[in-house]
Amino acid sequence: MNSLMEVCCDKCTHTPTTPCDKYIACRTEGPLCHDDASCKEKVQTRLKQVVIAPESGLKQVLICAGSGCISSGSRKVDAALEAELAKQGLADKVKITVTGCHGFCEQGPIFIVEPEGTFYCRVQPEDVPELVEKALGKGELVDRLLYKEPITGEKVRHYQDIPFYKKQQRNVLRNCGHIDPENMEEYIARDGYKGFVKALTMSPLEVIEDVKKSGLRGRGGAGFSTGQKWEFASKSPGDEKYVVCNADEGDPGAFMDRSVLEGDPHAVIEGMLVAGYAIGANNGVIYVRAEYPLAIKRLKVAIDQASACGVLGDNVLNSGFDFHLKIKAGAGAFVCGEETALMASVEGKRGMPRVRPPFPAVKGLWDKPTNINNVETYANVPAILRRGSEWYAGLGTERSKGTKVFALTGKVNNTGLAEVPMGVTLREIIFDIGGGIQNGKEFKAVQIGGPSGGCLPKEMLDLPVDYDSLIKVGAMVGSGGLVTMDETTCMVDIARFFLNFTQKESCGKCTPCREGTKRMLEILTRITKGQGKAGDIETLERLAKNIQATSLCGLGQTAPNPILTTLKYFRHEYEAHINEKRCPAGACSALLTYRIDSEKCVGCGACAKACPVNCISGELKKPYRIDASQCIKCGTCMDKCKFGAVIKG
Amino acid sequence: MSCQCAVEDGLQPDPKEIKLGEILAKYKQQKGALIPVLQETQEVYGYLPAEVLRRISFELKIPLSKVYGVVTFYAQFHLNPRGRNIVRVCLGTACHVRGGAKILETIQKELGIEDGQTSEDLRYTLESIACIGACGLAPVIMVNEDTHGRLTPDKLGKILAQYE
Ligand SMILES: Cc1cc2nc3c(=O)[nH]c(=O)nc-3n(C[C@H](O)[C@H](O)[C@H](O)COP(=O)(O)O)c2cc1C
Ligand code: FES
Repeated sequence: MNSLMEVCCDKCTHTPTTPCDKYIACRTEGPLCHDDASCKEKVQTRLKQVVIAPESGLKQVLICAGSGCISSGSRKVDAALEAELAKQGLADKVKITVTGCHGFCEQGPIFIVEPEGTFYCRVQPEDVPELVEKALGKGELVDRLLYKEPITGEKVRHYQDIPFYKKQQRNVLRNCGHIDPENMEEYIARDGYKGFVKALTMSPLEVIEDVKKSGLRGRGGAGFSTGQKWEFASKSPGDEKYVVCNADEGDPGAFMDRSVLEGDPHAVIEGMLVAGYAIGANNGVIYVRAEYPLAIKRLKVAIDQASACGVLGDNVLNSGFDFHLKIKAGAGAFVCGEETALMASVEGKRGMPRVRPPFPAVKGLWDKPTNINNVETYANVPAILRRGSEWYAGLGTERSKGTKVFALTGKVNNTGLAEVPMGVTLREIIFDIGGGIQNGKEFKAVQIGGPSGGCLPKEMLDLPVDYDSLIKVGAMVGSGGLVTMDETTCMVDIARFFLNFTQKESCGKCTPCREGTKRMLEILTRITKGQGKAGDIETLERLAKNIQATSLCGLGQTAPNPILTTLKYFRHEYEAHINEKRCPAGACSALLTYRIDSEKCVGCGACAKACPVNCISGELKKPYRIDASQCIKCGTCMDKCKFGAVIKG
Repeated sequence: MSCQCAVEDGLQPDPKEIKLGEILAKYKQQKGALIPVLQETQEVYGYLPAEVLRRISFELKIPLSKVYGVVTFYAQFHLNPRGRNIVRVCLGTACHVRGGAKILETIQKELGIEDGQTSEDLRYTLESIACIGACGLAPVIMVNEDTHGRLTPDKLGKILAQYE
């Protein structure tokens, strides 16, 4: 038997056209329809090859092939590993699994040796011979490739002991980085599709009740109760309904949906199957942004595999329930993440939002009742059915249940994906998991929730991260992007940055958003250029309130949030720009001048060589000078100078 | 001997046109087909020439104005020829905070073109985008399908030179 997906013998009659309802359980516990010790043994032997047992004496290497690690060169590592194993005669002792994202992209390419869980990072092809000889052949450690704790400098051996992972609780990401996403067998071996099979034993209404009881709320932005949403769609009259998965993930700084799609696509498919069964929909659409080619490819493979064995298609697992799934690739418009715009785009139109109600549950795709959820929302569903709604409701806080994946980026030491129970504090995420701020700098703010969210100052670090606490302080969970900033980030510039984004992405349908974001951006740009005037702050506040109140969709309604929160928590920075023409963070280039400290300059000339506009002159071994009238304030000289002689201010 | 081009043209129809015919045939009966048709067509031509849009409008029975409406709405579609190599510089939040703007500036200087432009020899097209989803490696650029992360301005020349 080369795969758990194969039949054990010709007594098995399961095919997509003659489906068997025990198919999923049969893969790992089978055969179930006949008693045959040799068939049973075949299945168990194969299972042990898929999930390597410690006593087997075999080793497994997990190599990440998520987008992050691929760009760090991981595909060259797995090719080198295969060749090297053959060379050293270890090919049949070591299984190579090319996985999806481990979430710790900073340290990629990641190379994990199982069953002991030794974690090697930033592995390059030239490291492979040593790893094969020592780590795989002799069972020794290759010390130099172990993870080094950034603050203490201590080497950590095991995956689960690395602070970045230790505090996490991985439910949605449980398979990411541990299975081959292009092989359905591996998903099945880890309880895959058991949640859906459980759902089939319940009535659709019972499934909805269960999801309601779990307390799951949407992970795509607004945090609406998923069970309630399903209930609306289920009660909506109509015999043709749709299930849509929102995989547009446009929020810059968030990449959890991408990782789930690339690392565990079957979990999303399973969640959609459950939703389809619950609301009575026979067709599903996954709308993926075109910037994610690998996610699209892996989803295609997963859909093909699920269709080939009858987990998708007509009369799924002999349940009488039909479910067909299609992928639609987005075409590059942020607003298409908004649900009504998304559906317009699937219909082949310009992706413009429309007024709700009617909500998609009543009138959605092709005017039919439609349930639309986010990738992570669907990926939460299988475990809720499999492990029970009480288990899920036991995680998180009173009103925000379960775990949430956050994308930790910016100036933290450990960038990557962190899944934690709702309600942990920002401090725990940024300092315990994220390892604090890079280069020993001071934490200044964290931007949470993307362009719709807000910037929170260090006084808020002990705030529990859940839907309601964040709304109270003007931010939101949003998709879960957490961009940390240090003392060198200017808050006015960050507000300008977000407005520039929302202004460009505004679809132009409603006036407050189309015109209002433009005006706000103009003001912010002026301020960062040192041309702010008295009254600008008040105008911004007035515009912000109007735009919030009168825009058609969430894009406009939330676009002012970054301005309002920075004004609330960092007003002094705006005032410094406007009144003193000074950028306290030293980030706004128009307000800076660069000069060379003649005491410190040793006259090496490195700055002059690096200057892109040749505005630095001098003689070797004598102090150099910057011609301020020519300087474009790019800061290259400052980066290049080893003596700290370039000063900005 | 008289000129043969017309005859040759007749004998060997443009392979791109054949492809377009196939794409149209595949999607003609499906609802909501316009965007996938445009996506696949652009893959064939590299951009969306005006006469091709006219044919798509005619065959899918969608008014040309609507076709243009969709083409100009989405960032992915292009009405002009593009470079052989598409350089996308991420200016998403994570990359912005870690110096994405400087990366863009350097590339603009290196290639002598601005954001959104194509070099005269059609070697490069430069675009800025908001987040490639590799924020852990910020700042990031993407050249064609390859992602390059943890960049500093001095690494760029070597990366760009790889793409002919
Ligand atoms: C401008 C805008 C962009 C959005 N982008 C996304 C997105 O990229 N992904 C997503 O899941 N939801 C996005 N949403 C939220 C969706 O409209 C919708 O609420 C969500 O898909 C519902 O799924 P959920 O209940 O599972 O969260 C966006 C909303 C707005 C207003
Ligand atoms: S912000 Fe640049 S890749 Fe996400």
